[in-house]
Amino acid sequence: MIAASVFDLPSYVQSSFLGLIVTQLEVSLGATLAGLVISLPIGQLCSRLPKFYPPVLGLVTVIYSIPSIALFVLLIDITGETETTVFIPLTLYTLAILVPGVVDGIRSVPPNVLDAANGMGYGRVRRYLTVELPIALPTLMAAVRVAAVSSLSLMSIGATIGNYGGFGDLFILGLRVFDSKLIWLGLISLLVLSVLCDLLLRWVQRLLTPWARTLRSVG
Amino acid sequence: MNLLGYLRQFFDDPSYRSGYDGIWTRMLEHCEYSLIALVIAAAIALPLSILSGHSGRGDGAISIVAVIGRAMPSLGLLVLLAVELQISLTVTMIPLVLLGIPPILLYTHAGIRAVDPAAVDAARGLGMTPWQTIRQVEIPAALPLILAGLRGAAVQIVATATLAAVVSFGGLGRYIIDGLYQFDYKQVVGGAVLVALLSLATLLVFWILDRLLVSPGLRAR
Amino acid sequence: MITFENVSKKYPDGTVAVAGLSLEAPDAAITVLVGPSGCGKTTTLRMTNRLVEPSDGRILIDGADSRSRPVAQLRRGIGYVIQHAGLFPHRTVAENIATVPRLLGTDRRAARKRAQELMELVGLDLAYAERYPHQLSGGQQQRVGVARALAADPAILLMDEPFSAVDPIVRKSLQEQFLQIQAEVGKTILFVTHDIDEAIRIGDRIAVLREGGHLAQFATPRELLEKPADAFVEEFLGLDRGIRRLTFIPSNGLTLRADALVKPGVELSAAQLDLPWLLRLDEAGRPVGWVEPTRPEETPIPIGHPFTAHDDSLRAALDAAVLCPTGWAVGVDGEGRAVGVVSQEEIAAAIRAAHQATLEDAR
Repeated sequence: MIAASVFDLPSYVQSSFLGLIVTQLEVSLGATLAGLVISLPIGQLCSRLPKFYPPVLGLVTVIYSIPSIALFVLLIDITGETETTVFIPLTLYTLAILVPGVVDGIRSVPPNVLDAANGMGYGRVRRYLTVELPIALPTLMAAVRVAAVSSLSLMSIGATIGNYGGFGDLFILGLRVFDSKLIWLGLISLLVLSVLCDLLLRWVQRLLTPWARTLRSVG
Repeated sequence: MNLLGYLRQFFDDPSYRSGYDGIWTRMLEHCEYSLIALVIAAAIALPLSILSGHSGRGDGAISIVAVIGRAMPSLGLLVLLAVELQISLTVTMIPLVLLGIPPILLYTHAGIRAVDPAAVDAARGLGMTPWQTIRQVEIPAALPLILAGLRGAAVQIVATATLAAVVSFGGLGRYIIDGLYQFDYKQVVGGAVLVALLSLATLLVFWILDRLLVSPGLRAR
Repeated sequence: MITFENVSKKYPDGTVAVAGLSLEAPDAAITVLVGPSGCGKTTTLRMTNRLVEPSDGRILIDGADSRSRPVAQLRRGIGYVIQHAGLFPHRTVAENIATVPRLLGTDRRAARKRAQELMELVGLDLAYAERYPHQLSGGQQQRVGVARALAADPAILLMDEPFSAVDPIVRKSLQEQFLQIQAEVGKTILFVTHDIDEAIRIGDRIAVLREGGHLAQFATPRELLEKPADAFVEEFLGLDRGIRRLTFIPSNGLTLRADALVKPGVELSAAQLDLPWLLRLDEAGRPVGWVEPTRPEETPIPIGHPFTAHDDSLRAALDAAVLCPTGWAVGVDGEGRAVGVVSQEEIAAAIRAAHQATLEDAR
């Protein structure tokens, strides 16, 4: 069966197809999550104290513009040739997408809604969790989707410093043994994975914002 | 930190002063091909997105291109074309151009769509032809976003050109890839730092372009 | 003159925006198109400069079919002002105003000079010439919009709800200045608004349109108020149509009593003690307030609002009388000095007399 032979990777690939999927998801989505955890407080700070936003935005933009391979290799000195060397720059790259995402999400909350919540006696934390975050969610989730897809794709460059590129490993190996089938496999798998992740995150968004579902069916 | 030490070794090494492996040569090579790719990408993407923004159609197609551009791994594309076609300079230029197109397309389309519709209506009503409206109103008003798209494309192209060293391209990526294979870490550090500086320089160039070309009337905040 | 000959606009999905409109907008006058949403007034305006092409009928501008010239050329000869000004954000105020002259080939220096002339005409301080639109208030932006439309000295001006987006106080001031400008330049103007009061205030002729683009009535403001064509127009005009009609009747027929005026330091005469109220004046002759003859030293009651004697309408006089707690209206001259006073009863008599005159005219 063709399908079986496609997913059976040659032995010099130090992983199974499933293993590649796992590594790819672990590192990319892990980096996106880590980026989100860092971006939430930073974004919150920037929206409360707008003076901080331009320099912070400038910093993450500058980091984002540095080619990933450069960041990976520079980090080898500190973290060696390991998965962490790929993980840290990937996390930093997501900041350029997620910090603006958080800030825009918070700014999308209408001020009169905040006023109403205050007027009803909501405490700061409760207001943040039950009013601001839910309304900011669509904008935020859009940014998370972009960051996730971006990370999935960028991770493949990690293959240049060893087999830490997930499906990117197939690219480097395909080049080395001049086998385009491996490369096609890597590309298509990565693209399919990206689409699936995007769909999954959209589904999560729908779960978390039930009112948006009703809006669509009424309008 | 060892990084500074490696860096000093790199810049002290006379073999990188001149010749085909010289810093200046590699830097120019990198810039030259990045610029060519940017110009070609802009020549393709700008007219398409200006027209689509002006007519208001093509929102869906542009979104799809944006998503593909984001999800497409640059390394994969480089390597695929090298293996399927051949390892050559021309073939390497293809992914450089292709990956530069989505940012320009997305930002320019969005920028032109975001121009105040009342201003465009007034332009038509006062007697501007469609071309005059595009040239005198829509493009200048959308310039901040157009430049942002070009900047995004430039950054993407510089990064992809760095990677292209794995398929025998020259440029600054050469130091990184050669250094990795030769276990010569000073080359790796030198190359990485140089390419990081080039990216910053690219950002600087676009910052300057923005201040020079964008009308003060658009800096509302 | 703009002539509409049976002009219609039907959309592919069946919507009829304008249905067989025929009217003539006279030269050097303001013709207002007014009606509820969906009555086709904006569509009609936009058909005049072919931003929308009519599906039927034709529009003649000074006798020539609007379709006989290339579109861009046609539009450069017609001024166009829209609701949110639509200024070009990347150009300075002066550059915005100079748009059409530059399109017509005027050189930069001459165009700039023209822009300055127009800024003076619309009442904008020349210091704003190098500013950008985002630095101006809404009212100022509208003025730039009007200046930009007048820059190439077009014979015709199209205005689409130009004063609707500003607050009422600014709107009133813009309307007044606009009427002054029109008195100077005398353009043929097509003006669209949904506000019937605005239409009555500034229009020389008013076309009331019904939903679906039908013309309900085309008349002067006074005719409209006196003889609405049907129930729709009546309802659109609103409830106080009668009182608003008084705006068109002058007050110079009223007899103003000067004997109730009391200058400072002057003794009250015996005749004055018989009057119900006396009006105290200040040194300059301006009204201070009302006092009772029996208690002339008490704090005067404020007069409310005076009306300009002879110039103002009966409506202003009636309003002044109703506003004042004593029921008398104070007439002042151009400098604010009191000319005389008149009671509500006398004003009512004047209104009855005006009605009589109308009834006799009708016979």
